[in-house]
Amino acid sequence: MNRENLIWLTLMLLGGGFLLINAGTKYSETGTVNGSVYVQEIVVEPEADAPPIVTYERTMASLRNEPGVSFSLSRTIGVWAAALCTLAVFSFLWGDNPLYKLAESVFVGVSAAYAMVVGFWTEIVQNLLGNLLPALMRQTLLPGLDTAKTTEWEYVVPLILGVMMIWRLAPSGGWIARWPLAFFIGATAGIRLISYLESDFVQQINNTILPLVVLSADRTIDIWSSVKNITIVFGVFVSLVYFFFSVEHTGTVGALARVGIWLLMITFGASFGYTVMGRVALLAARLEFIFDEWLWLIDPLQRRLGL
Amino acid sequence: MFEFFRNLDRRWVFLAMLLAVALPILLGARFPEDPSPMVRSVFEAIDNLPEGSRVLLALDYDPASEGELHPMAAAFTRQCALKNHKMYFMTLWPPGTVMVQKQITMLEREFPDYEYGIDYVNMGFRPGYEGPIKLIVTDLKKAIAADVQGTSLDQIPLTRDLKNIQQMDLIINVSAGYPGAKEWVLYASTPYGIPTVAGTTGVQSPLLMPYIPNQLTGMLGAIKAAAEYEQLLIDEYPQLKENRQAQEALRRMGPQLVAHVFLIVLILIGNAIYFIERRRSR
Repeated sequence: MNRENLIWLTLMLLGGGFLLINAGTKYSETGTVNGSVYVQEIVVEPEADAPPIVTYERTMASLRNEPGVSFSLSRTIGVWAAALCTLAVFSFLWGDNPLYKLAESVFVGVSAAYAMVVGFWTEIVQNLLGNLLPALMRQTLLPGLDTAKTTEWEYVVPLILGVMMIWRLAPSGGWIARWPLAFFIGATAGIRLISYLESDFVQQINNTILPLVVLSADRTIDIWSSVKNITIVFGVFVSLVYFFFSVEHTGTVGALARVGIWLLMITFGASFGYTVMGRVALLAARLEFIFDEWLWLIDPLQRRLGL
Repeated sequence: MFEFFRNLDRRWVFLAMLLAVALPILLGARFPEDPSPMVRSVFEAIDNLPEGSRVLLALDYDPASEGELHPMAAAFTRQCALKNHKMYFMTLWPPGTVMVQKQITMLEREFPDYEYGIDYVNMGFRPGYEGPIKLIVTDLKKAIAADVQGTSLDQIPLTRDLKNIQQMDLIINVSAGYPGAKEWVLYASTPYGIPTVAGTTGVQSPLLMPYIPNQLTGMLGAIKAAAEYEQLLIDEYPQLKENRQAQEALRRMGPQLVAHVFLIVLILIGNAIYFIERRRSR
């Protein structure tokens, strides 16, 4: 057995041993195993003669002996699967391994399937068929559809474009898919061009036209606001100078460009700091989930009071 | 010592970072937060609206960013409910429907008087990236015919008379990337002047700064701003003080502090090694 495999085996044995001891301790203390989820039955009485609707809402484990509260196997499996997948993904920090590959494949597959199903029901069924065949949809898939709604024939256009788009799956005539693609690219480029021009160009110039000397209500100079505005205007100016390549970056232009690159570096540093903060927040959230919902080592939301 | 740090296996750094984040969580370390002017501007944008104002809550994020953005979304939802605003939930991300549902579950639990269709509505997910924004600013029902349960918007009291989102008093966007805050600025806030505030991931925040204050009224950037916002909300609405669910971001600032101190130490050590090596090579 090589060193890598020995470390893996040791980690697995240590982790498994900890899980067993932790589960045994929790069971002896509380009469239930960590990671268990309990649900409260909620009965909603319907308005007509229809049978009552029963829903289940997650409740505190300490209420498990109350009436209407039961153990939820599916949600418990969910907690354990989420925790084990989290650990499998974390294992990539040690190196690429089959557990990580499994978790990654599950994630990619589930994400793709989820997006496809949601897209089908919201766009194809609700938006396209709901507008083209409202009567049929009302009787079948969309009972809540407005009774006054009639067919909107302009939706035939996206239907045709959609059919042309998936034509590429056909054995021949794949070129047909290029036409709707060209339409989408052209339309998107046009829409974005206008918006970017307005928001990111004209408005940004407007945002930079600032008073360099800011007067407060009593006509005295507001020092900090003035410094802030001068910094913004100066920062934009020197950063633009850095990207102005029609003049050689020597002398005054070179000095200004150098200040510009320093400001850009400070901005990148701030971005990096923000990114670190974001990643640590995500790590903290996952660890909190593992310690709280799975291992029951902490109870920040007091979900297990009285256990 | 120099040789030890120079040849240190990066996996020891990972382990140390894991401990730096895990220990404060296990010990329940908390630190006080002082809301910044930016956080106050977002708070006031919602709080200064008259009671019953129309607020669009676009929750454009997925479980991958939930740890960072859920506290913001929950704080926005709670504040809107405390101010009796009318809430219109929607998302441009497929998994965003689950994120919206979490806010609705929270509303049902903490604000049982809030009634679906009267006080809030879930318009669900709209595919097409920025396309739906472009449509709903002029014709809401052209892009969104029904709510998440398939009920026509014409049959829901809250949306019956709503023509487009220009009638909103405020747009609140919680954004994890594309489509998100930038698209709401590009297609709703800037061209139609709809007041907009955003809560964003740390990665996005610096890129959205230039839009403040003219195109974005304010922004919560990353978990730090979320924690300050929760603190401000507790200060202004003391009934939330005992609500532990309303202090999620505040809890996450303990690990943040320790992890950041650890990272600064690592940067200092890394730079020291670099300069020592450079001096030795001369």
